[in-house]
Amino acid sequence: MKELLMESAYFGMVMTLLTYQIALWIKKKVKLTIANPLLMSVLMIVVFLLAFGIDYDVYNAGAKHISVFLTPTTVALAIPLYRQLHLLKKYPKAILGGITAGVLTAMVSIFLMSLAFGLNHEQYITLLPKSITTAIAMGISEKMGGIVTITVVSVCITGVLGNVAAEAFCKLFKIQEPIAKGLAIGTSAHALGTSKAMEIGKVEGAMSSLSIVVAGIMTVVAVSVFGMLI
Amino acid sequence: MKFVKQLLIILSISFIAEVMEYFIPLPVAASIYGLVLMLVGLVTGLIPLKEVEDAADFLVEIMPIMFIPATVGIMTSIEALKQMLVPLCVISIVSTVLVFGVTGRVTQGIIRRGGKTETQEETHAEEKSGVQVKDNAKENVKEGGVK
Repeated sequence: MKELLMESAYFGMVMTLLTYQIALWIKKKVKLTIANPLLMSVLMIVVFLLAFGIDYDVYNAGAKHISVFLTPTTVALAIPLYRQLHLLKKYPKAILGGITAGVLTAMVSIFLMSLAFGLNHEQYITLLPKSITTAIAMGISEKMGGIVTITVVSVCITGVLGNVAAEAFCKLFKIQEPIAKGLAIGTSAHALGTSKAMEIGKVEGAMSSLSIVVAGIMTVVAVSVFGMLI
Repeated sequence: MKFVKQLLIILSISFIAEVMEYFIPLPVAASIYGLVLMLVGLVTGLIPLKEVEDAADFLVEIMPIMFIPATVGIMTSIEALKQMLVPLCVISIVSTVLVFGVTGRVTQGIIRRGGKTETQEETHAEEKSGVQVKDNAKENVKEGGVK
């Protein structure tokens, strides 16, 4: 049986698409952000594989064909960014100033807390890109020697928190300007936050979606410096 | 056939990006080079938006699926995860709150201090989306009133 699954190019792919489909369905039913389709899908696959004693390699033999498209998809992120670029030309100071401040806050706060927890280089790098969109965060983690899978988990926790608490955070920090709200949500909680920003308002949504990729690119640059600190 | 051409462009950029990753001695993943290349192509008009947007939108829409295989790899790093579970949760939560607050406050400061031109433009932009202005105004009044 194991040999059959191992040779199958489709077992892993079917598992991936099927569980994601089920996760989307659950998400639609429960309407809770915490029911994140990516995390639910991963959980289902892990439980299934462990329950039947199937190795990760057997699953990944087929599933890796899906991962191949991650690079072209990250390239495709340039398209939504391009569509929002007029905003950057309109409010260059507010946008670049705000996102730069946010990215630096992420770097400094993660560095200080990692120091306090006594994390090693691998663990520190794993968490460093956690505020940005998964595709770019995975690239950074892999390239700099982090544990990519744990980076993804951290990115998801961040996104779910940002999505659920966005409005509460705006009140807490007295953020009232729509532009400021959007940038705060997108810079701190990437795409998951952005879906909330779009519910709050049009300006908020556009700003949030712009900041996903801008913050991602800035983080790539920032990590190359901060990554060497631990 | 439209799709074939669009995929060809996106995959070609991905390939050039891979070559760049190989030759440029920076800790930057190929996907980032590709993202920047594509953006430059769009901005300079070398790649018209129409020639890539359908395939790109499709890829971005199904993107979460592409994270699944790598994330399932967590089952091979359970030990590593256990070791850093507490720092992972604390750092994820605290830094998210901090980044949110700082980004929002700094942006708001720049907007409010940064001269009238920006504020005027902003009001102008919002006027276009009629209902939006009212909602925001209401929200501002409400929040301003409470605090």
